[in-house]
Amino acid sequence: MTAGPGWLVAVVTLPLAGAVVALLAGRRGGAAAGLLTSLLVTAAVCGLTSAVLAAGPQQLAVGGWALPLGIALRADGLAAAMLLLSALVGSGISLYAWRYFAASHHAAGALFWPVWLLLWGALNALYVSGDIFNLYVTLELLGLAAVALIALAGASVVAAALRYLLYALLGSMLYLLGVVLLYAEFGTLDLLQLQAAMRPGLAPALAATLMTVGLMVKTAVFPLHFWLPAAHAGAPAPVSAALSGLVVKAGFYLLLRLWLELYAALPAALLVQTLLAALGAAAVLWGGVQALRQVRLKPLIAYSTVAQIGYLMLALPLAAAAPAALPAVVLLAASHASAKAAMFFCAGTLLAAYGHDRIAALRGFATQLPVTAAAFALAAVSLVGLPLSGGFVGKFLLVETAVGAGAWWIVAVVLAGSLLAAAYLFAALAPAFGSAAASEAAQRRAAAWLPQYAALGMALLSIALGLAGPGAQALLAVTFDAGALR
Amino acid sequence: MSGWLPLALIGSSLLPGLLIFALPERRRGLRSALNLAGAGLKLLLVALLLADAERHAEAQWRLPLAAGLELVLRVDALSLLFLTLSALLWALTTVYAIGYLEGSPHRSRFFGFFSLCVAATTGIALAGNLFTLFVFYEILTLVTYPLVVHRGTPAALAAGRSYLLYTMPAGALLLVAVAGLQVLAGPQDFTPGGYLAALGEAHAVALTALFAALIAGFGVKAALVPLHGWLPRAMVAPAPVTALLHAVAVVKAGAFGIVRVVHEVYGSAFAASLGVLTPLAVVAALTIVWGSWRALAQDELKKRLAYSTVSQVAYIVLGTALLGPLAAIGALVHLVHQGLMKITLFFAAGNYAETLGVHLVSQMDGIGRRMPWTTLAFTVGALGMIGVPATAGFVSKMHLGAGALAAGQGWVLGVLALSSLLNAMYFLPILHRAWFRPARGPWPGAYGGVVRDGPDAAPLLLLPLLATGASALVVGVFAGLAWSPLDWSAHIVLTIWGYGDD
Repeated sequence: MTAGPGWLVAVVTLPLAGAVVALLAGRRGGAAAGLLTSLLVTAAVCGLTSAVLAAGPQQLAVGGWALPLGIALRADGLAAAMLLLSALVGSGISLYAWRYFAASHHAAGALFWPVWLLLWGALNALYVSGDIFNLYVTLELLGLAAVALIALAGASVVAAALRYLLYALLGSMLYLLGVVLLYAEFGTLDLLQLQAAMRPGLAPALAATLMTVGLMVKTAVFPLHFWLPAAHAGAPAPVSAALSGLVVKAGFYLLLRLWLELYAALPAALLVQTLLAALGAAAVLWGGVQALRQVRLKPLIAYSTVAQIGYLMLALPLAAAAPAALPAVVLLAASHASAKAAMFFCAGTLLAAYGHDRIAALRGFATQLPVTAAAFALAAVSLVGLPLSGGFVGKFLLVETAVGAGAWWIVAVVLAGSLLAAAYLFAALAPAFGSAAASEAAQRRAAAWLPQYAALGMALLSIALGLAGPGAQALLAVTFDAGALR
Repeated sequence: MSGWLPLALIGSSLLPGLLIFALPERRRGLRSALNLAGAGLKLLLVALLLADAERHAEAQWRLPLAAGLELVLRVDALSLLFLTLSALLWALTTVYAIGYLEGSPHRSRFFGFFSLCVAATTGIALAGNLFTLFVFYEILTLVTYPLVVHRGTPAALAAGRSYLLYTMPAGALLLVAVAGLQVLAGPQDFTPGGYLAALGEAHAVALTALFAALIAGFGVKAALVPLHGWLPRAMVAPAPVTALLHAVAVVKAGAFGIVRVVHEVYGSAFAASLGVLTPLAVVAALTIVWGSWRALAQDELKKRLAYSTVSQVAYIVLGTALLGPLAAIGALVHLVHQGLMKITLFFAAGNYAETLGVHLVSQMDGIGRRMPWTTLAFTVGALGMIGVPATAGFVSKMHLGAGALAAGQGWVLGVLALSSLLNAMYFLPILHRAWFRPARGPWPGAYGGVVRDGPDAAPLLLLPLLATGASALVVGVFAGLAWSPLDWSAHIVLTIWGYGDD
């Protein structure tokens, strides 16, 4: 027996303990606690991942209570991949936030660390939760922490934050109704036991519908994305990065769990997968077109998230049929998370330096902030899916699977989405390389170097993910066997 | 065994490029040293490969990106041909660019992307499968864009936009085509004679469609009509960029891709049985005539040269689309010959602009006496393009013509004759003006009226030009010797592809 179960506990408790310490430590100590926690969580996630790779899926019955009475913490390859992604991007966020909040203007800086670590803990707990009620609790916690983080930006985003709160509550409420129905029908909350017992019927169908719609709200799947742009664009930069990069991925992860595992045996599964993919297609196109129309940088990046979530949904029916598609999806999700974090970091740096984020008025920032421009450009390369980046390999595998499955509409949407992404990111970046003569005086504050390099690090991560394909495939091959419980 | 060689070849331009980005603008000496060291190292590596071609024949490096998806870099005779050309021209263009950009802003950015551009071209030359070729082809698009818009003027930005408008959809098309072939045939390395024939009739429709997509994708960079619109606009880029773009980097990447697809993915016999080669030949022929025709009307020298490129690169495609060894040899040898001649012409155009401020053909009266060396090199390039006997262009055209006859496609001779006539019509008047007409008063002057003193262009601009001009002359006159581009192309076609056997 390896130390795997210990790691399972550590990835959940470390950030929560860090949150408590950060709360008690006050403004300066909070940052230190946050950075230290990031390091420890990353180490714990690495430990868990290597345990999963070496010894297969990990499971722990909390308190020694057996199922269905007790609670199971579990990590298979997919969970480990999501934890790893959160750890890498989360560490980047901590690093960025350190100087970002220290340098400013934000009176709320002290509150950032405890809430951010709470959010991270909720996220990790969600990935290792083995039962659907625990998932509800983590979802709720995640939503509340996210709202609190958005509200840190001050009075200007209160409306957006409240709207976010409302929809987050609505989403988790729908999800909870589904949980209740399933429990009444099957008498267990455990995911694997439910999957093994799943059979067609009214209650499962209703539960599936409620949970799916709830998660779609949380994930901002088109057409339930309307709350996202204002919230993601209004939040402070490191918070936007966490929301766009990590939080929406949690909802997506649960949709994967539902439709690739829990409900996969239902006769309507393929229909729902295809329907979700169709909504994804609409999101890719709608988000892309909306992003093109933005004149400010942060809303543009936020709409790009709407589009990129669409890509992930597109892969759902493919992943159900061809196992090669799942690594593609995870690569896409990971590249999006890191690239999007890099972009919001850049936007934050520009906002701090120029006092605004109107794209047209940022002319020539490549000359003044070359590191930021390079980070943005590299992140754009990965988001568009140009070689050689994580986004490229993910997109190529996705297109290859779609061609192999004869799903030409998916191919067409992926390509149209890439061209749209190229267009709006080009529009965002082109002024950077214009002549800077007019804006020489426009830069108000000198930009700190650490946040800029944090952005570059995230962008390079999203490029380097292009080499992560074999690793992702090996990791994702590690799964629980629900059939054994049948 | 020598898997490090392909990596070192790419690294010799990639590393200097990355280092140069980090250099402050004023570190001119260090930047030039890095550039030249990279170019020198690459030449050295190429020389090493050439000297011991037998031993390094199997040099390759593989990196799996996912199951069934591999980056493959390897050295074969065709890569080596393209590689030698690009290494030589990169070295010369670097010298030229150092002289050309003296005192202009953003030089670190320029030379950084310039080196990345060469690294991408090297990757294209070394790509051992279609996926790798596609990867570097796309990277090339990305790193060339900043060079095209380097000046930051509205015209440059518009040219850059148009470049991306053409190349990004082409990339998307290629992505589908490459993925489609991967699904049909599985992961395959380039194979002399192609690897798709085994799929045969069952997939004829799909393979034909994929062929069209591949040609369209590569045809954008190769500037096949009607996909050529970006090229004449892109000539607003600084002269060293256009020179390299037209001679070896971008348009050649497209042509090189088409050569690989026809001969080492489909195999020309299988492609012919699908019936896709004749349409390709017709498109190439149209491009040849259209490019020459449009060149006639251009008064701006660089634009005339750009349309001439449209036409000349299509020769390579034409030779590739004709069955039989002679035409294939003509195509490959033109890959090299056109590069040498065109870079000579663009260097010369840059020299006229930098030294006297002359941009238009109509300003060139008497320029031969003012800048004799530059004009001499220009003359060598122009006569070669027309295909005057004993020049490099003649060697190419002769093989293409003979190949067309051997393939039973007599109409191609008409195209070649018409094109040569048009070539003469747009180049000879320039030569006449330059050598035989008296100068028409003071020269316009570069940068608000500065005319350089001295008999010709600055040494850093003149020496690379004379080197390329001389090589353009030598490869034509001594085409019959061993290790000439012609000999090399014949070796690839007859020995490696084995087209001489039938």
